[in-house]
Amino acid sequence: MDKDYSHLFSIARRIRRKIIEIIFRAGSGHPGGSLSGVEIGTALFFHILNHNPEYPKDPKRDRFILSKGHAAPLLYALLQESGYFPEEWLTRFRKLDSPLQGHPHSLKCPGVEVSTGSLGQGFSIACGLAWSMKYDRQKNRVFVLMGDGELDEGQVWEAAMFAPHYKLGNLTVFIDRNRLQIDGNTEKVMALEPLADKWKAFGWDVLQIDGHSFSEIINAAVRVERSNRPLVIIADTIKGKGVSFMENDPGWHGKSPSQEEYEQAMMELE
Amino acid sequence: MKVPFKKGEVLPVRDGYGRALIELGASNPQVVVLDADLATSTRSNWFAEKFPQRFIDTGIAEQNMVGVAAGLSLNRKIPFVTTYGVFVTGRAFDQIRNTVCYSNLNVKIVGSHGGLSVGPDGGSHQALEDIALMNSLPNMQIFCPVDANEAWQMTLQAAEIRGPVYIRLAREATEVITESDYVFQPGRVKSLLRGEDGYILFHSVIGSEIMKASELLAEQGLNLTVINCSTIKPLDRTVLDEIGVTGKPIFIIEEHLLNGGLTSIVATHYALHKPTKLYTISIDDRFGESGSPGELYDRYGFSAEKIARCIHKTLR
Repeated sequence: MDKDYSHLFSIARRIRRKIIEIIFRAGSGHPGGSLSGVEIGTALFFHILNHNPEYPKDPKRDRFILSKGHAAPLLYALLQESGYFPEEWLTRFRKLDSPLQGHPHSLKCPGVEVSTGSLGQGFSIACGLAWSMKYDRQKNRVFVLMGDGELDEGQVWEAAMFAPHYKLGNLTVFIDRNRLQIDGNTEKVMALEPLADKWKAFGWDVLQIDGHSFSEIINAAVRVERSNRPLVIIADTIKGKGVSFMENDPGWHGKSPSQEEYEQAMMELE
Repeated sequence: MKVPFKKGEVLPVRDGYGRALIELGASNPQVVVLDADLATSTRSNWFAEKFPQRFIDTGIAEQNMVGVAAGLSLNRKIPFVTTYGVFVTGRAFDQIRNTVCYSNLNVKIVGSHGGLSVGPDGGSHQALEDIALMNSLPNMQIFCPVDANEAWQMTLQAAEIRGPVYIRLAREATEVITESDYVFQPGRVKSLLRGEDGYILFHSVIGSEIMKASELLAEQGLNLTVINCSTIKPLDRTVLDEIGVTGKPIFIIEEHLLNGGLTSIVATHYALHKPTKLYTISIDDRFGESGSPGELYDRYGFSAEKIARCIHKTLR
């Protein structure tokens, strides 16, 4: 089924290469959680979202909020690949005077809807956006990408109560369920399961998908239009996906590859 | 704009806020008001009754409330976030810092029940550090109304300012001391009384006690210039420089911790530009406690009698 989206495969591969490239050049950054969200981000920016890189503030655009702000390399790669800014900017990630701050800053980088980095906050912001669009009868949709470790934040569950209460059917949350956070496995650090049941109990439509399958991502995201309930898509993913030695290793949450590791990673992503 | 309340009237500053919200609701369709289950205390319920579709109760969830307001502001709305000052500036500090101020979003944060005025509820509910917290944030502006008229004006003006604003309200009914032609200007302080024997700088509703204290001092032959520093950020550095060079004693009186309040802010300005001796009546490194607002004012030196006695003792 995924073969219908073959153009997305090649984009996703370029996104992964850019993620590795910019973190290597910066000497720091977060590869693991950037790589796990590549298919979700690629499907959003190149298939699902209505957006216009020529006119980043177009009021008719759908909104994408990266609540897991540490996956900035993923967002920057997606924005650059979409045409929001020149490729040269990627070489300056995390550098002095760069528009590409270590975590996304909306006042510095076009296409970044709001600054994120302190976990849990992007989700509430998305709720506010979705409320206002519903109030104004705008057709736009609001998408959020959250990490699973991020769900430890109490604010997430405040927002999880808010969205169904105000019937925000225009809100879709992707959870990048890679099962790893800095201190280890999410179930050992602070158990999230039964995760789908939690969201159902809060009044959400819940889907569980393979977060590396374009067809599953796109089918899930398209399905909710005209619902009165917000949708959460729990996307099972692999942290560090695409680079063999980074996969499923929490050590690659926030670390830059060495020269040798960089070369191997780029070879694997040919 | 003509102020709605008469000089000498006694009412809580939050009434001025509530009234301004109703006017904003009628004049500006982008204004949305949020509260965290304290709408009847903060007066945001006045807006909720008139404009229920534009009122959002987030339940007792201050962090989410600030985040939701941030999202509203990203779609042209002008959100007013209201709850007790101690909760919004404390519990939601990171949301105000990392979401609202860092992105310079057009969110108005209104902390009611500032200072000791929440009285019997005790130290857990008395915001004595809210200004210190908000003053630490780039892009934030801080207004502290002396009475309901000023609260009304600040609220209307905050809706016109693009960017974050913090307004500090109080619970107790206090006397309206601004004149009918009073106009609030951000960054510009106003003198309420003029005298030659020194200066009193203050913010918030302690102003009505200071006016009474000034009468007591006048009976003893002491006349001080009383300046309402209701715009804490931006600070009126011009006036500070003008009064600093006179060499006359300067008293700073505030229902707030010494650490990080107006006293600290003014002291920092003088220390960096022209060292000037200051005197303060503020709260030194301690929490509040239960008691009636009157009892607490007396305990912490904020009653008119205590203020007058302190200034008299210092000057004589």
